[in-house]
Amino acid sequence: MSSGVPDRRILEHELVPEHRVLSFEEAVALLRRLGAKPWQLPQISLNDPVARLLNAKPGDIIEIKRRSPTGGVHIAYRLVVAFERRA
Amino acid sequence: MAIKNGKFEEPFVIEKIVFGLLSPQEIRKFAKVTIVRSDIYEADGSPVVGGLRDPHLGAIEPGERCPTCGNTREECPGHFGKIELARPVLLPHLGDYIYMLLQSTCRRCGRLLLPQDRAEYLRKIYVRLREKWPRLAEVMASHIAKEASDVTECPHCGERQFKVRYIRPIIFYERRPEGEVRLTPLDIRDRLERIPDDDVMLLGIDPKRARPEWMVLTVLPVPPLAVRPSITLETGLRAEDDLTHALAEIVRENEKLKGFITTNAPETMIEDAWITLQHVIAAYIDNELPNIYQLTHRRKRPLKTLAQRLKGKEGRLRGNLSGKRVNFSARTVISPDPYISINEVGVPVEVAKILTVQMVVTPYNIEEARRYVLNGPHKWPGATFVYKARQDRKIDLRYQKNYQQLAEELEPGDIVERHLVDGDIVLFNRQPTLHRMSIMGHIVKVMPGKTFRINLLTCPPYNADFDGDEMNLHVPRLEEARAEARELLLVEKHILTPRYGGPIIGGRQDYISGAYLLTIKTSLFTIEEMSRIISRSLAYVDLEEPAILKPRPLYTGKQIISMLLPRDLNFEGKAKIGSGDLKCDNENCMADSFIVIRGGRLLMGVLDKNAIGAEQPNNLLHVIALEYGEGKAREFLDTIFRSFIRVLEIKGLSVAYSDIEIPREARQEVERLTEKARREVEELIEQYRRGVLELIPGRTAEESLELKIIELLQKLRTEAGEVAIRHLDSFNDIFIMAKTGARGSDINVTQMATMLGQQTIRGRRIWRGFRTRTLPHFKPGELSPEARGFIKGNFRDGLRPSELFFHAVAGREGLVDTAVKTSQSGYMQRRLINALQDLIVSYDGTVRDSWGNIIQFKYGEDGVDPMRTYHGKPVEVNRVIEMVRSMRGHRNE
Repeated sequence: MSSGVPDRRILEHELVPEHRVLSFEEAVALLRRLGAKPWQLPQISLNDPVARLLNAKPGDIIEIKRRSPTGGVHIAYRLVVAFERRA
Repeated sequence: MAIKNGKFEEPFVIEKIVFGLLSPQEIRKFAKVTIVRSDIYEADGSPVVGGLRDPHLGAIEPGERCPTCGNTREECPGHFGKIELARPVLLPHLGDYIYMLLQSTCRRCGRLLLPQDRAEYLRKIYVRLREKWPRLAEVMASHIAKEASDVTECPHCGERQFKVRYIRPIIFYERRPEGEVRLTPLDIRDRLERIPDDDVMLLGIDPKRARPEWMVLTVLPVPPLAVRPSITLETGLRAEDDLTHALAEIVRENEKLKGFITTNAPETMIEDAWITLQHVIAAYIDNELPNIYQLTHRRKRPLKTLAQRLKGKEGRLRGNLSGKRVNFSARTVISPDPYISINEVGVPVEVAKILTVQMVVTPYNIEEARRYVLNGPHKWPGATFVYKARQDRKIDLRYQKNYQQLAEELEPGDIVERHLVDGDIVLFNRQPTLHRMSIMGHIVKVMPGKTFRINLLTCPPYNADFDGDEMNLHVPRLEEARAEARELLLVEKHILTPRYGGPIIGGRQDYISGAYLLTIKTSLFTIEEMSRIISRSLAYVDLEEPAILKPRPLYTGKQIISMLLPRDLNFEGKAKIGSGDLKCDNENCMADSFIVIRGGRLLMGVLDKNAIGAEQPNNLLHVIALEYGEGKAREFLDTIFRSFIRVLEIKGLSVAYSDIEIPREARQEVERLTEKARREVEELIEQYRRGVLELIPGRTAEESLELKIIELLQKLRTEAGEVAIRHLDSFNDIFIMAKTGARGSDINVTQMATMLGQQTIRGRRIWRGFRTRTLPHFKPGELSPEARGFIKGNFRDGLRPSELFFHAVAGREGLVDTAVKTSQSGYMQRRLINALQDLIVSYDGTVRDSWGNIIQFKYGEDGVDPMRTYHGKPVEVNRVIEMVRSMRGHRNE
């Protein structure tokens, strides 16, 4: 675990897509829409630089808006977890 | 749900499978006999009591009664035995767990090497996590183990901890200050026994199902005889199963060790025997472990032990569970038949008489069923079995000869197992099955002969040719399967491929030459020829006025094709022949290399590979398949494509020596170009010798020289090719084939007519061979083009000996490359498929795996099925414009 806070400027970087922590209501609505349990979502590490900058807690869901070569803007969601899945 | 003899049988549903370790108590409880003798048979041939074929292990001989359970061999499930080990032995495949446990627990008190409060805290989280998200709990356990293994002093008893060194698969050392000490299985078992259940749980192991000390064997289970049957050879000799041999080895070593211990033999001898026993048991579990002595058959073939039965392509998993042998299938050589539909497959009568379909008799088909029964099993179309539903009886028509009576007695509800007949659906497959188009549904057409017949247009998806290829045919047995095959697997549903959004089925070779010869401007056809071409397509068309009336009526090829095209078809596109001075990008084209079809009329352009070829996205076929549907595309392929072949039958297509002969002035020009290139190369070599060669950045002088020479000679061949092609007659058949994309390329023409050009190994000029030169034909150290694999000769005039040699060298590299590439890409494919096979696009558009985990929130991030796209683009704007334009044209008319 690296010490210190990541540089805020990474959020401005071209290759870092837009991240946003969903509110509790939004998260519940999302899970209902997908018919999924939280653990069925893709995950993001608590230690991910962007997750740390957003002050995300385990159990939060982060919305990521990506530019996609095929689909214009693609929205993905990731569950913040303390332990990463084993490779 | 499965249907057996016409009845439903509800299968069991497996809810879950839990894996664990056998405890010594359990092993002893299961075991019906203790094996103490390594010999298998007594002198009189009866099995040794207490040996590896002890009758208590289960009845396997016919008529034998099991002394343990009293059943005959049909009912006796087989019984385990045991070997009481004189000293404990590690289970080699669990070494990594043992290593983890030894590192993260105390060497004295056996507790987890974390302070009490920390352990309590983690335990609270772990228990909650395990209930809710068991897969996350696994991850957490590995983190806990890592944290504990870094501790150097036990927080409970204060004992100093030492690092453990593990040499796979069974050797453990402890790094004490006085030096490394080997941990015996006894030591290890001691330590594992001391770990409390609560701590075991925190390390991700369920102590109820797998106590750590069970990883060290004290008693070894001996599988029943049914697991390791012996075979009796013709000579009357018995050959035992490999497992029995391995077990015999274990018993022998175990008894030896036991003897040493009871006789108080020197400690070193006991040690040695113990280590041998560990090796033998490790080999019994997996005979391919590193650092273990392999068990062999008299110093030769390694024994197939437990792991070998499961592992690999022929193992239980891949060979018997993932892949099984099937019934109702056939395999034979394939051959072409251009006159059957692409949806059909020609099946030999002999095959049709063996493959059968179950047919439930109803009032509507009873007459048909009677006809089959009447014919019996040997006359096609007949039947092989009849199931009488009411009597629950199966009648084999091979032995029941009164077909007349059987046919009359037939009643609704009976099932007739009838021969394969025209119109049945079957699955047809060619290996390697690389994509879904490698297995497609075909409609049966029974034919004389001994080969499967397929339409030539279905060769591209199967990647088939007729140089001896064989293919497999499977008959779907259930109505559901047949319906699925018809609706999803039929060839016409696979004209378009999801791989790149284009047609994968389409013309090749003669179809393309034929289409070209039909549509070129110089082709005119008499009424008779026109009729022959049109009638071959089997299409009903309204004949139109011939384009030329005097001196005699003649149709143009474009007229003929227009009569066959759908009335409202519009298409624009470039033809393959459009290159060089024939290039056209729009309808202002003098070379006839831009295709324009308006209102179903081919107004200009020739049809060649770009219009009707296989694997050519955005061609005529693609547009028809996308906009008119698969049915229309199939009709197009089944009808018009046959006409192309007929054109060739009328016009003829053949090649001659003279087709690759170029005129004298062309030869002289090539000669001049060659001479010029030779001088330039000499100049470069000279510059290199004097050290004034201009270097390419990042390259040495030698590399620069080579690169420049290669570039020069490459240019030479291109130029020579251009000269040759300029001088060849454009109605020469080789030229036509190369230009239209039917077969061969400009390079092939160049190599036949002018020169083969530079031969390379791994992209470099040929340098290997003798010490200082490639061949003794050249001077040592010679760098001239000829000495390094440049071939001035061509296939028409023949090659010089050294040239032939260089050509063979480069040819060999090509062969090796393909061999290596196929094996590597095959393995990559296997791994990809294993990783991706149960991903599914669900109804909400998300991609999920079989646990419902979301992999993609929208398939492909755009939700588009590539099969229904224009080469990846969901909408082709130009097509839309074209369609709108043609609609306006209609209104103006």
